[in-house]
Amino acid sequence: MRVTVIDYKAGNLTSVLKTLRHLGAEPVVTDGDLVLVDSAERIVLPGVGHFAATDRLDATGLTSAIRAAIARGVPFLGICVGMQWLYAGSSEAPEQPGLGHFAESCARFSESNEKVPHVGWNSLEILPNSRLLAGVEPGEYVYFTHSFKAPVTADTAAVTYYIEPFAAAVERGNVMGVQFHPEKSSATGLKILGNFLKLEGTE
Amino acid sequence: MITKRIIACLDVHDGRVVKGVQFVDLIDAGDPATQAARHAREGADEIVLLDITATHEERQTLLDTVRRTARELFVPFCVGGGIRSADDAAQVFEAGADKVSVNSAALADPTLIDAIGRSFGAQAVVVAIDARRDPEAADPVRDAQVFVQGGRKLAGRRVVEWAREAEQRGAGEILLTSMNCDGTRTGFDCELTAAVSESVNIPVIASGGAGTVEHFADVFGRGKADAALAASIFHFGVSSARSLKEELARAGVSVRLSC
Repeated sequence: MRVTVIDYKAGNLTSVLKTLRHLGAEPVVTDGDLVLVDSAERIVLPGVGHFAATDRLDATGLTSAIRAAIARGVPFLGICVGMQWLYAGSSEAPEQPGLGHFAESCARFSESNEKVPHVGWNSLEILPNSRLLAGVEPGEYVYFTHSFKAPVTADTAAVTYYIEPFAAAVERGNVMGVQFHPEKSSATGLKILGNFLKLEGTE
Repeated sequence: MITKRIIACLDVHDGRVVKGVQFVDLIDAGDPATQAARHAREGADEIVLLDITATHEERQTLLDTVRRTARELFVPFCVGGGIRSADDAAQVFEAGADKVSVNSAALADPTLIDAIGRSFGAQAVVVAIDARRDPEAADPVRDAQVFVQGGRKLAGRRVVEWAREAEQRGAGEILLTSMNCDGTRTGFDCELTAAVSESVNIPVIASGGAGTVEHFADVFGRGKADAALAASIFHFGVSSARSLKEELARAGVSVRLSC
């Protein structure tokens, strides 16, 4: 099945594409071709790097196209910065708005004795009724690398603890995000991406 | 809870995993792709592939090896050896690496760290430091020196200061190898690892000297390491990442066991 992968030139897509192919999907990459979003069956927004890089989504018209696709019920998955972009914004780049699908904003981890960035394998506390995390057992480990995070709210699908509890996954209807890297999270990550590829649109 | 990472390291020469003592008497230890997949299956949290020859002519061999190794690997994958420019790094990322490790080239031109970090994010840049204590120095730990060329030549920098600069320039992690301990199997340099780890706010990967489970527990505790590299103890099935992590868990170290 076809997956439209959004490239906003903020890093390396190879791992995500490779993993999608491994799971039997056919990724097509767009860095501005809106037809690939308008006709998308499902969309993945990967993300490494800085929140400010998402300004490219606005400049290319991808933001509006993605907003329309989400409204049509197309399943959408944001990864890392791609998840944070679903929120109103991030203190990493206060002048750059996010999609605002979730009303809250992302912020840096609080000052503490722990290191920031949060790098490594940490466990998930799964909240009920997530389609994305179906079959993932509480306490399974996934790989994180980030300094900013989304707050725990009613839309949070999984919570992870580092310095403070934060949203490791968010899900409302067809719109989902993961703060961790499922493409780097071994069998657990493959299960989660596999769940996403099996979702029906909510049209 | 965040776990301590066990990282399997594959030294690669001419497309094959090799094992030797301080890079001499190399023994063939198998195919990199097969070995990496086996380590991941057996619970390694991450794979590091170090091209120990990395001459210009062998670039293509390395990229082919990286591509083959990355294909079926779904844990973080770091590649080092011979990365001298942001373009070199770009090729390695394109071949499927998630991170690159830079060492001598970053000492020769520290802006290499900034350049790779800008293009690919700090999480993608690991600065490898080969460190040797100076027993004559007033403070052998604080005055530990950085070496280049496989430990043969002084770089003229102190380890802790170079680690700090690397962080400021945008390194995402420090891979600290103790030249004193490397190959000895007598344990990591916990004092030096702790000194570096306490000086930076990014993860420090300890390397050099692993011989027993206690050595790992020690470097995660006293050494304040966030991760530890294991090379020789994993080869030839001597000890798997899983058995190492099971023993560490029994010793009270937080590790990822399900995988």
